[in-house]
Amino acid sequence: MRYETERTRRRGHADTATDTLARGLGIFSIALGIAEIAAPRALARALGMKGQEGLIAGYGVREIATGIGILASKDPTPWIWGRVAGDGLDLATLATALEGRNPKKGNVGIAMAAVAGMTALDVYCAQTLSRETPHPLPPMQDYSDRTGYPGGIEQSHGAARDFEVPRDFRAPEAMRPYTQPQTPQRPMPSM
Amino acid sequence: MKALVWHGTTDIRCDSVPDPQIEHPRDAIIKVTSCAICGSDLHLYDHFMPGMKSGDIMGHETMGEVVEVGAESKGKLKVGDRVVIPFTIICGECDQCKRGNFSVCERTNRNGHIAAKAFGHTTAGLFGYTHLTGGYPGGQAEYLRVPFADATHIKVPNGIPDEKLLFLSDIFPTGWQAAVQCDIEPTDTVAIWGAGPVGQMAIRSAILLGAKQVIAIDRVPERLDMARAGGAITINFDEESVIERLNELTNGKGPEKCIDAVGMEAHAAGTVDAMYDRVKQATMMETDRPHVLREMAYVCRPAGTLSIPGVYGGLLDKIPFGAIMNKGLTIRTGQTHVNRWTDDLLRRIEEGQIDPSFVITHTVGLNEGPDMYKIFRDKQDGCIKVVLKP
Ligand SMILES: NC(=O)c1ccc[n+]([C@@H]2O[C@H](COP(=O)([O-])OP(=O)(O)OC[C@H]3O[C@@H](n4cnc5c(N)ncnc54)[C@H](O)[C@@H]3O)[C@@H](O)[C@H]2O)c1
Ligand SMILES: [Zn+2]
Ligand SMILES: [Zn+2]
Repeated sequence: MRYETERTRRRGHADTATDTLARGLGIFSIALGIAEIAAPRALARALGMKGQEGLIAGYGVREIATGIGILASKDPTPWIWGRVAGDGLDLATLATALEGRNPKKGNVGIAMAAVAGMTALDVYCAQTLSRETPHPLPPMQDYSDRTGYPGGIEQSHGAARDFEVPRDFRAPEAMRPYTQPQTPQRPMPSM
Repeated sequence: MKALVWHGTTDIRCDSVPDPQIEHPRDAIIKVTSCAICGSDLHLYDHFMPGMKSGDIMGHETMGEVVEVGAESKGKLKVGDRVVIPFTIICGECDQCKRGNFSVCERTNRNGHIAAKAFGHTTAGLFGYTHLTGGYPGGQAEYLRVPFADATHIKVPNGIPDEKLLFLSDIFPTGWQAAVQCDIEPTDTVAIWGAGPVGQMAIRSAILLGAKQVIAIDRVPERLDMARAGGAITINFDEESVIERLNELTNGKGPEKCIDAVGMEAHAAGTVDAMYDRVKQATMMETDRPHVLREMAYVCRPAGTLSIPGVYGGLLDKIPFGAIMNKGLTIRTGQTHVNRWTDDLLRRIEEGQIDPSFVITHTVGLNEGPDMYKIFRDKQDGCIKVVLKP
């Protein structure tokens, strides 16, 4: 059986785990983007990239746009590939910071390792999604008019209250007070 | 004639087989005009239910026209009568039949001694449903031999299409009995696990019987869609916590009445395209199936009722009987006593309270039957109920 839910169905593929991963990457994109826009100076300092604050903030805008694309689109695949491209750009930019006598080289190395890790995840996610999207599920059938009540539900609701439940199928008499709503009878003893 | 014949696991073929003959004076022969594939048939398709032999004819939801009547059934049936055939074969005379407990008729299972070994006592003979219940050839065929035909039939009037009547054979009375077993009060919340054909009928029955609130639980979007059309609030168990949602919808008290319309089969589906899915399903077979019963016992309001039309075959693991006992729950279950309800239900169809044909999503010829088994089992193409026209 194909494992489908309302959410994955809309996306046109059937794998919930990859779907969740894509959403996660979308949220990560937005969070990173906000950090890059909010604190470009601190980031530039930490990476020894003084003077490149504008570039960092620009990358932040890119991250946020990609994140929104992933979360809002019906098919996140192209946006995840967009993240892969962005990762490449990030790595290239960080590589320039390794040149010369940058005292923060250690930090840059850590950042590059982190980006490389994310890149692997992005590539995996994009590839899995691409493999699935060429075979989208057929559009969902619409059964919202299949009520089963020729005269409408109002007319049928309770129409069989005339039915007398056979004795062997009735709730045990002793249970009835518990399953029926409490009619205010005797006041409850105070605890 | 043509018939859908079981050859082995997931191997059902449309074969040419000999026409059935009158074998006993109480028999009748029906020319089948419509028949359907049931969720119960999937247990056999996947060979989850033991007791099938290669060459057995499938099918237990059948209707048609009487073309031949044995001498002893002549008073009750005549050639040309239009009949729906209940899936339970009944004698109409034994102690159980007299009480209306038709699905445990003491006489119609010709392999009663095997059933007694498995269950302690025999149960009724069933059409197209293993040698444990008599090994009677089924009705997914051009003709059907009906044993004990003087009792085993529901006469239906002309002028109403097959589609509205066919499900009197099984799923409509099954959904109905599931709801009746709940002894529904106007203040009740009825929670129904499984929005397959049986669940859909249970939803409508609970609405007819006047439940305050009906909640359906499944994960197949089209089935949830159809459940909502029937007036149910839906829970997708893939995306939400069933227990949390049910408590939310009942002010933390849990539903008074719980119906298991899933049974042993749903997660037993076999072949799938991806290895990944296969592994996932294999694990579900272990965990999810007892999970439905467990969930019901756990979430049900104290002094409430568990109604179980879903079919189980043998022994179940880790049922929280402590919750059942201490909360004082009532359990009602069983194969459906079809003929006990059908006069009343036929009247409700005629009066327009309900039209059971809403559930049909596919209508095909008998030769397409084998393909439809797979599509129904895999819930592809929005498939909910398949009708075959021999
Ligand atoms: N008592 C009787 O006389 C009788 C008669 C007919 C059918 N049945 C049984 O009723 C059951 C349902 O029949 P059907 O034709 O509707 O079959 P079906 O397979 O079409 O429907 C079962 C549904 O249960 C859903 N499901 C699976 N796991 C679930 C879970 N954990 N929670 C909620 N839903 C879940 C599936 O998605 C599916 O939609 C079967 O076991 C069948 O054998 C009993
Ligand atoms: Zn059935
Ligand atoms: Zn009997």
